[in-house]
Amino acid sequence: MKTAVVVFPGSNCDRDVAVAVENITGTKPHMVWHREAELPDVDLVILPGGFSYGDYLRAGAMAAHSPIMQTVKVKAEKGLPVLGICNGFQVLTEMGLLPGALMKNRGIKFINRPVTTRVEQSQTIFTNKYAAGTVISIPIAHSIGNYFADEATLDRLEERGLVAFRYCDEDGRILDEANPNGSARNIAGIYNETKTVLGYMPHPERACDPLTGGTDGRGVFESLLGALS
Amino acid sequence: MSDSKITAEIVAQHGLTPKEYERCLSIMGREPNLTELGVFSLMWSEHCSYKSSKVHLKTLPTTGPKVICGPGENAGVIDIGDGQAAIFKMESHNHPSFIEPYQGAATGVGGILRDVFTMGARPIANLNALRFGSPDHPKTRHLVAGVVAGIGGYGNSVGVPTVGGETNFHASYNGNILVNAMTVGLADQDKIFYSAAAGPGNPVIYVGAKTGRDGIHGATMASAEFTEDSEAKRPTVQVGDPFTEKLLIEACLELMAGDAIVAIQDMGAAGLTSSSVEMAGKGGLGIELNIDKVPMRETGMTPYEVMLSESQERMLMVLKPGREPEAKRIFDKWELDFAVIGTVTETGHLVLKMHGQTVADLPLEPLFSEAPEYTRPWEATPAQVELTSKDIPAPKDLAAALKTLIGCPDVASKRWIWEQYDSSVMGDTVQKSGGDAAIVRVHGKKKGLAMCTDCTPRYVFADPVRGGAQAVAETWRNITAVGALPIAITDNMNFGNPERPRIMGQFVGAIQGIREACLALDYPVVSGNVSLYNETNGEGILPTPAIGGVGLIDDVSKAVDIKLKSDGESLVLIGATVGYLGASLYLREIEGREDGAPPPVDLKAERTNGDFVRGQILAGTLTACHDLADGGLLVTLVEMAAAGKRGARIEALPADIAAHGFYFGEDQARYLVTTTDAAALLDAAKAAGVPAQRLGTTGGDTIEAPGLGAVSLKELVRINTEWLPAYMAAE
Repeated sequence: MKTAVVVFPGSNCDRDVAVAVENITGTKPHMVWHREAELPDVDLVILPGGFSYGDYLRAGAMAAHSPIMQTVKVKAEKGLPVLGICNGFQVLTEMGLLPGALMKNRGIKFINRPVTTRVEQSQTIFTNKYAAGTVISIPIAHSIGNYFADEATLDRLEERGLVAFRYCDEDGRILDEANPNGSARNIAGIYNETKTVLGYMPHPERACDPLTGGTDGRGVFESLLGALS
Repeated sequence: MSDSKITAEIVAQHGLTPKEYERCLSIMGREPNLTELGVFSLMWSEHCSYKSSKVHLKTLPTTGPKVICGPGENAGVIDIGDGQAAIFKMESHNHPSFIEPYQGAATGVGGILRDVFTMGARPIANLNALRFGSPDHPKTRHLVAGVVAGIGGYGNSVGVPTVGGETNFHASYNGNILVNAMTVGLADQDKIFYSAAAGPGNPVIYVGAKTGRDGIHGATMASAEFTEDSEAKRPTVQVGDPFTEKLLIEACLELMAGDAIVAIQDMGAAGLTSSSVEMAGKGGLGIELNIDKVPMRETGMTPYEVMLSESQERMLMVLKPGREPEAKRIFDKWELDFAVIGTVTETGHLVLKMHGQTVADLPLEPLFSEAPEYTRPWEATPAQVELTSKDIPAPKDLAAALKTLIGCPDVASKRWIWEQYDSSVMGDTVQKSGGDAAIVRVHGKKKGLAMCTDCTPRYVFADPVRGGAQAVAETWRNITAVGALPIAITDNMNFGNPERPRIMGQFVGAIQGIREACLALDYPVVSGNVSLYNETNGEGILPTPAIGGVGLIDDVSKAVDIKLKSDGESLVLIGATVGYLGASLYLREIEGREDGAPPPVDLKAERTNGDFVRGQILAGTLTACHDLADGGLLVTLVEMAAAGKRGARIEALPADIAAHGFYFGEDQARYLVTTTDAAALLDAAKAAGVPAQRLGTTGGDTIEAPGLGAVSLKELVRINTEWLPAYMAAE
């Protein structure tokens, strides 16, 4: 599996995700600078976490207009798989590759801690190694992760099975107290219509090593490896 | 500006005494102009010159087989094997954080990060030691919220994990909070960069953010007491831009991968003045700067303002001749300003030019060699009485006492704070806040660095020598408690006004204690910072020599944490207990007293007990370990139980110690550990000459002990965790 990781100047999880991809797939990803206009020939593009251009405006708003993202958008619309993690998810919504928006957490504060999310779909390229309903513990690290979309959009996401992950308690129950940031319907991650683009607020790359954060995130990369190799 | 007359009033405004100004006149051989006076004022400020503290700091041990570079550079450097080095320092940003907590704390983090990456290290961890006023003081809540958000806002954005620290509350900090930020970085030993300029004719380069009028006189502010009008000093607090800092880290490290840099120094307190003066001064050379070339954010800035600005995210470098284009390419890539603003000279002078005219010209060597240095008069702190449980009445209800302690502001869980920090970015955080030391793995290796910050200010207040030694010993113990070998420390000395003999006596005593502990533990000081004048209207803070310790563990998978792992394991207490309650948390929280001597610090026992515990951890015989500190044995046990989500039972009390002394005494050099084979552990302890006793067994959902009864762990956890969020949520 050939992967490209887009590097914005304020990305700070680019190395982390590259390490996870390399450890799990055995192949080093291409690190693609934000000013590039072309993507190398890859099977997957990852938009990593961080603060793309400082994010003093809206998170991801400027990144959505960077040269590389115009190419990513064209290719994504033609079916190239894209995984946006945290800031990457924010960029995907800013570009319109995913619906809705991410707002300030309802508690206003930045939160970094492991949260449990439930795998809603197990038949996608991102999740085929998990059973549907599996509860995985993955760290979040954001202050702008409160997913919002209008009711019609949320209904459509549900009907079409485009809700990828929801915040839940340890037993998989979708409860308000298990919702760390106020996201609509506890949504932690969503797909585009073809389920080839995933935006996910938690950081699966931080849960790929038993010594540093558990291994529940490995399934995402193992699924991609299985589906895209 | 250069023709304005220097009056006694202007001199005083610049924080120089009449005598210091006389010295300045004799160095210049004429009246300085305002820009030159500004340079003297900054370089001779307490903050930059250490004039009150230097004579004492010199007595600290700063060398050792693992020390690559001790104090005097931007940060200290130690050998961690494999040709690698850890570079670290702790620094205060107290005054700005009180005036503007978010920006004050944020720029404190930015400044200490720069001190570390200036030397060629990639920052891999941040820690912070925070002291706030009494929770019922009207400003405290606002200051906690702002400082924590500022630390998080900066550290999270640059992508360096904030992995540890400590937070205390005490009324003595009502008017002077302490924000001490520590950064630990990782470098290759053959890629360490220093600040001494070399090579006359070499270009002097300015990189990073532009210079504005912010922060002018910050170092001078940090060198005076607060008064009621300190709020009016808000404009001297700088504004941080973590995104620019992130770019600066990446650009500098990219340039440092090559060999174009001769010397590099960040522009911290005292900005361009101190960076240029120190680089040239350390190199025994001169420097000429063209102020017109400095990238400026505002128009019409005078040389005085440019030289005194403390705008953030800026660095000064000396490059090898002809290497400017390759360096510029890198800074262009990261969209940062890059300007050749001067040259290294042989004149031994700092010469500043603007609009083709010389606007300042002063000799550098006397700026250092004739800098004021004071041996201020000091008074030793009177000795306090030792207090044990024999001197303090037993509480009516041990369980109630435990609940009070576990919920008091100094012990209550600080999760509300550390969840606002990204502790897991960079993917190598093995242990973080909530245990003893944090552990960050060295990227791509099995080994890791253990790190922590500690100080018990009430001990230092009661007995500065003992308190200073205790602060060092506690970091050593915390690093040991995870299985790492402590290597070196950074010290951040926060005190009141050194011109008061009583305060100076606290400083001198603390230095003595630190020295004794460093020597006994082979644990030298490699960097540090002094923050004096932490007083408001004559009221000083508790003396707070915050110590940041760094250690090494060869294989992070062998580290232990504080969590009780399974039921039926044995609880073993390592170290001797007399039941000292002087200056203890118990005495303060239960009896409302802050008197008495702090517990004795037996450095020989510290070392013997600690070496034993570390050996056992690395041999794999311990399943959990926690050092005993604030609140003593039961607080330690509750923390271990809470982390492991299981209770424990203490089965018997020693016959010769009253329960409240055994449960709440703060005797030093102790660890509470768990093991599946108590007999073997006790035998090994006996053979090593280490006091050890089996106390009880893990398991259940209560904390049970003789005289205490069985207290619900759930309730204890609730009390421990609810205080801070409830406090912060209240109006």
